[in-house]
Amino acid sequence: MSILVLAEHHDGQLAGATAHVVAAAQAIGGDIDVLVAGENVGAIAEAAARLDGVSKVRVADAAVYAHQLAEPMGELLAGLAGDYSHVLAAASTTGKNVLPRLAALKDVAQISEIIAVESADTFKRPIYAGNAIATVQSEDALKVITVRATAFDAVDETGGATVEAVEASVDNALSSFVGEELAESDRPELGAAKVVISGGRGMGSGENFKLLEGIADKLGAAIGASRAAVDAGFVPNDMQVGQTGKIVAPELYIAVGISGAIQHLAGMKDSKVIVAINKDEEAPIFQVADYGLVADLFEALPELEQKL
Amino acid sequence: MKVLVAVKRVIDYNVKIRVKPDNSDVDLTNVKMAMNPFCEIAVEEAVRLKEKGVASEIVAVTVGPKAAQEQLRTALALGADRAIHVQTDERVESLGAAKALAKVVEDEQPELTILGKQAIDTDNNQTGQMLAALTSRPQGTFASEVAVEDGKLKVTREIDGGLQTVELALPAIVTTDLRLNEPRYAKLPDIMKAKKKPLDTKTPEELGVEVGSKLKLVKVEPPAERQGGVKVGSVDELVDKLKNEAKVIS
Ligand SMILES: Cc1cc2nc3c(=O)[nH]c(=O)nc-3n(C[C@H](O)[C@H](O)[C@H](O)COP(=O)(O)OP(=O)(O)OC[C@H]3O[C@@H](n4cnc5c(N)ncnc54)[C@H](O)[C@@H]3O)c2cc1C
Ligand SMILES: Nc1ncnc2c1ncn2[C@@H]1O[C@H](COP(=O)(O)O)[C@@H](O)[C@H]1O
Repeated sequence: MSILVLAEHHDGQLAGATAHVVAAAQAIGGDIDVLVAGENVGAIAEAAARLDGVSKVRVADAAVYAHQLAEPMGELLAGLAGDYSHVLAAASTTGKNVLPRLAALKDVAQISEIIAVESADTFKRPIYAGNAIATVQSEDALKVITVRATAFDAVDETGGATVEAVEASVDNALSSFVGEELAESDRPELGAAKVVISGGRGMGSGENFKLLEGIADKLGAAIGASRAAVDAGFVPNDMQVGQTGKIVAPELYIAVGISGAIQHLAGMKDSKVIVAINKDEEAPIFQVADYGLVADLFEALPELEQKL
Repeated sequence: MKVLVAVKRVIDYNVKIRVKPDNSDVDLTNVKMAMNPFCEIAVEEAVRLKEKGVASEIVAVTVGPKAAQEQLRTALALGADRAIHVQTDERVESLGAAKALAKVVEDEQPELTILGKQAIDTDNNQTGQMLAALTSRPQGTFASEVAVEDGKLKVTREIDGGLQTVELALPAIVTTDLRLNEPRYAKLPDIMKAKKKPLDTKTPEELGVEVGSKLKLVKVEPPAERQGGVKVGSVDELVDKLKNEAKVIS
């Protein structure tokens, strides 16, 4: 078996998710190569070469891969896939954008967001917002898979893989990059944070999210939100946790003013410890919370910040 | 321009599903079904494009069992002009759906095809991207804004770090994210009128495609249930439990 892992990277840095995807590749077993595609990605390739278990890092460095648009990325991967039995990527917005394109070009199914490897062709994945876990088996010669990073422990960074260039530049007349508005934050990334504190509609306004910030500072936490909070314009979309937002599984998840709709639970119920603060004692979030505090958040949050 | 909208019949998003006792699948008997929420957003976007005079005709399409005609009728009531039903009783997943949709795109030649980003049953998030690959068209996935400008399509996409804007050559494929728009409800007179709008039925054989899933569903299980925990009486007690019982803060 030989596996190609598509490296996830942003802003010139290898993203943490890649080390988790390599771990999933190790669970499948076989030779593992990592593909780093982008523009000026030398440093990223070096970082990828340090991931344990990787034998070779392949680097496609060209302007056409800057911003990793799906059209050229799909073509690049389709050209390389012939060497492999599996192609894996993180179930990030990049992986989800690119891998189905590759799968269709190779006329194979894509297996989305696996959470466990049963064997080289059999995987577990959540369906129906995580309310059921499906075990699926692929008969395709090439398996194209996205991986839920939080379900696999990251590999260490003590390796020393070889790095080689891929001579495969493609044309792209279909799409072009116009711009990006990226959230800037000194806080840890939602998907990787050990502690996440999220606010819902109960926060009342974007201004009130400040009440979470002091606590997040003390706990080194990332700040998340429910869809209702994002829809109401309190906070930007990249903070949404849930079935159709980000999946998190921190050591500690604190849900504040969030009712606990299944779509929200889908994104956080694998957290180790869940705390809910809600003034409605009937709120469904309490059914999954290890510690529930029935309280008005406007009183509980300042007190919590002070007592931490 | 002509706009094609793909809609899928799925379980209503408010329903909590049950797994069948024999672990073969989830139990959908007597469960409320509806149009996938992301498809509602896709239909709404097409209708708004028509209201703005950008779209001239809206064609709704679904791949699925006879009952999926209900969702096509909903799309017609919301403003689609006609519908195409690719009828099959096979278990269709994203690749099969994309292959059938690719044939419909070939026949209809829409300038814009809009799909949901994700079906809330399989949670696959694949079909639009696959359709784009099969038809050699560009894709604007997870769209929160779509605009036609100078014969090109400008799509703002919701990505992990924030928002990204791309420009696509037409014809193109778009998949919708939640914030693209807020779908309207169908009005009763429109529901009545929708019954008279044309709905064409085809089979996968007629289209010359195989739509059945090649992925074998080995087993479906309920997820590990979380044990409900305790209620704490005060912030002090909460902090104490987190420090000394759960040991997740210091
Ligand atoms: C297709 C689809 C996908 C979706 N995807 C997601 C997703 O990925 N993520 C997601 O989160 N949602 C998602 N949703 C939306 C989901 O169904 C819920 O609508 C949403 O999660 C509700 O958010 P909320 O809990 O913040 O708001 P509400 O349900 O309105 O709950 C607010 C809570 O705040 C409490 N509260 C109010 N004031 C106070 C106070 N002063 N002190 C303490 N508590 C207070 C209330 O008691 C209530 O429980 C999706 C929906 C659909 C249809
Ligand atoms: N059987 C189908 N018939 C019509 N459209 C579909 C079908 N399956 C998926 N789609 C479209 O593809 C979107 C994403 O589905 P998926 O990629 O399968 O999660 C849906 O919101 C629909 O717009």
